[in-house]
Amino acid sequence: MNFPLFAILAATLTIATPLVWAALGAVINERAGVLNLGIEGTMYAGAFCGFLATAMSGSLWFGVAAALVSGLLAGALMALLTVTLGVNQHVAGIGTTLLLVAVCNFTNRLLFSDGSQTTTEKFDRLLPGGGLLSQYPMTYVAFLILAPALWWVLRSSGFGLRLRAVGENPEAADAAGIPVAKTRYAALILGGALMALGGSFLTLSLLGSFTIDIVSGRGWICIALVIFGRWQVWPVVGGALLFAVADALQLQLAITPLFSDVPNEVLIAFPYLVVILALAIWGRGVRYPGAYLKPYRRA
Amino acid sequence: MLRRSSRSPHRFLAALGVASAAALVLAGCGGTTGDEGADDATSKPGASDVPSVFGAFATPLEEPWDGAIHAALESAEEDGLIAYDHTDNLHTADEMERALRDIATNQKPDIIIGDAFAAEDAVRAVATEFPDIAFAFGSGGEEQAPNFSVFDNWMQDPAYLAGMLAGGLTESGTIGVVGAMPIPEVNRIVNGFIAGVEETNPSATVTVSFINSFFDPATAKQAAEAAIAGGADVLFAERDGVIAAAQENNLPVFGMMVDQQDQAPEHVVSSLLWNMRPTVDAIVEAVVAGTFEASNLAEYSFMVNDGSSLAPINTGTAFEIPADLIEKVEAKQAEIRDGSFETPVDEEAPAGSTTIGE
Repeated sequence: MNFPLFAILAATLTIATPLVWAALGAVINERAGVLNLGIEGTMYAGAFCGFLATAMSGSLWFGVAAALVSGLLAGALMALLTVTLGVNQHVAGIGTTLLLVAVCNFTNRLLFSDGSQTTTEKFDRLLPGGGLLSQYPMTYVAFLILAPALWWVLRSSGFGLRLRAVGENPEAADAAGIPVAKTRYAALILGGALMALGGSFLTLSLLGSFTIDIVSGRGWICIALVIFGRWQVWPVVGGALLFAVADALQLQLAITPLFSDVPNEVLIAFPYLVVILALAIWGRGVRYPGAYLKPYRRA
Repeated sequence: MLRRSSRSPHRFLAALGVASAAALVLAGCGGTTGDEGADDATSKPGASDVPSVFGAFATPLEEPWDGAIHAALESAEEDGLIAYDHTDNLHTADEMERALRDIATNQKPDIIIGDAFAAEDAVRAVATEFPDIAFAFGSGGEEQAPNFSVFDNWMQDPAYLAGMLAGGLTESGTIGVVGAMPIPEVNRIVNGFIAGVEETNPSATVTVSFINSFFDPATAKQAAEAAIAGGADVLFAERDGVIAAAQENNLPVFGMMVDQQDQAPEHVVSSLLWNMRPTVDAIVEAVVAGTFEASNLAEYSFMVNDGSSLAPINTGTAFEIPADLIEKVEAKQAEIRDGSFETPVDEEAPAGSTTIGE
């Protein structure tokens, strides 16, 4: 059996797509000073609401819109808890994740749990037969539009500068007339939308169906990727690709005769070991955003 | 700064309370709809004439394994054989133990059916405490006298038949299987499938991927894509997600647990079905007759007892299924049903890539 290198690279881009969307959402949040552990639940809500709206309306675009709205609302909830109420961000985030997952599972049971699986339309791959380039539309958008646009916005736009200012030094930003709370609300709502769209990739592009626990910890991986990428767009995208290539490689190695005797557990752990190793090498001495985890109150 | 730190504990506690209360209420809703069933069961006239059965499941009912047990119990209730009530998502051993003790003390059902894989010791301890209740649990262990019977999804028979079909359908000579994890319940199905492939295609290669999760369809699909990249042109979806890959790549695929033909009407050749009704009927009959004792109920899941089967072979596939292949499979199915062929049971973990005859 020859080794399908291009198939592994194609799989890498597919596996990385939801991670890129959600991790860039987390970058926006954290650059504004808020750690959003609601990411796992927000992805879950995006996956479920996208599926739900598509199943109800028969329109994929309606599903994308619903995922987007669910993300905006999840971000607004996080903002209410962490910005307006100023609560501990870890607690607010975990609570949001538990809440969103439970609401989605509850609704899923009421509407869809009749023993059979509901399937919907899903996005087709562009350029079928195009090898590496045969990917879903959201993969193209993630790498060619979202990442460059966000890189530019954070680096050069007024919004990006204000966002970084409230994340680094909200007192100074406030003194300079930047509305701290509003900027953080905007960051959380925008970031939430990206996370939810990342989740919707699983249902609306990959599968065309919803299964409970569909996100399976991808949100937590994104939290690690953001630290690995030091809150910068391109390194975070690189981290997602590193994890994805390790995952794609282990899936292929697991069924390659030469590696048949390697214990299955070692191969499954491989992508996580790669990320942990990478964090251990490049993740030391990271400089967190100045106001990370700190609610802002005028003294 | 001082003012802020003196205020934050209150805000912290208030928000913690709100967030966790909301999450708990909703998590409770999501995990358990048993209450609705309870109202149903008690309001039904004559409910007391038939044995009462309580289902106690470790995973959410959406998990196909527990879903199959639940479906059989619901159908038995519809037929008027039992009064049925259930709870699910008891995903830790202590949660399962607490729920079982609560059910046994307060609901006092005649029979408790569930799955014990994640909580063998806890479930068996409760069974010992309540010897008047018949316990029947999905389990990898032995039965325990006097009142703890075990069952499992012994689906090697339909797996063998599906393997025969897969071996006949492959043109590349490579077949891809994607399963949850290498545990005996999965291994014997995958090995039964490989044995079936061997019968119709003695030189085929079967690749087996495990995704180490019961619910991760996105990874299962990537594993299927990897199998396809490795040359597979027929797939077996032990887990969800694989059918989507087969459909995108226009390949034959076999489903699992329920008939999944409607998910990809042109690509799902057939599905392996587990029918818990014979097991449930055997338990209920024994309890009604007063003869229930601890036993291994495995045989009630065998095809010879209608406990498992192969879904009707799809006639509307995008590719042709040779008539002589279907004949061969039907002949083997008849042999299994009349007892002249017994599918070998092998619970060893299959290799990532098995080339038959090597």
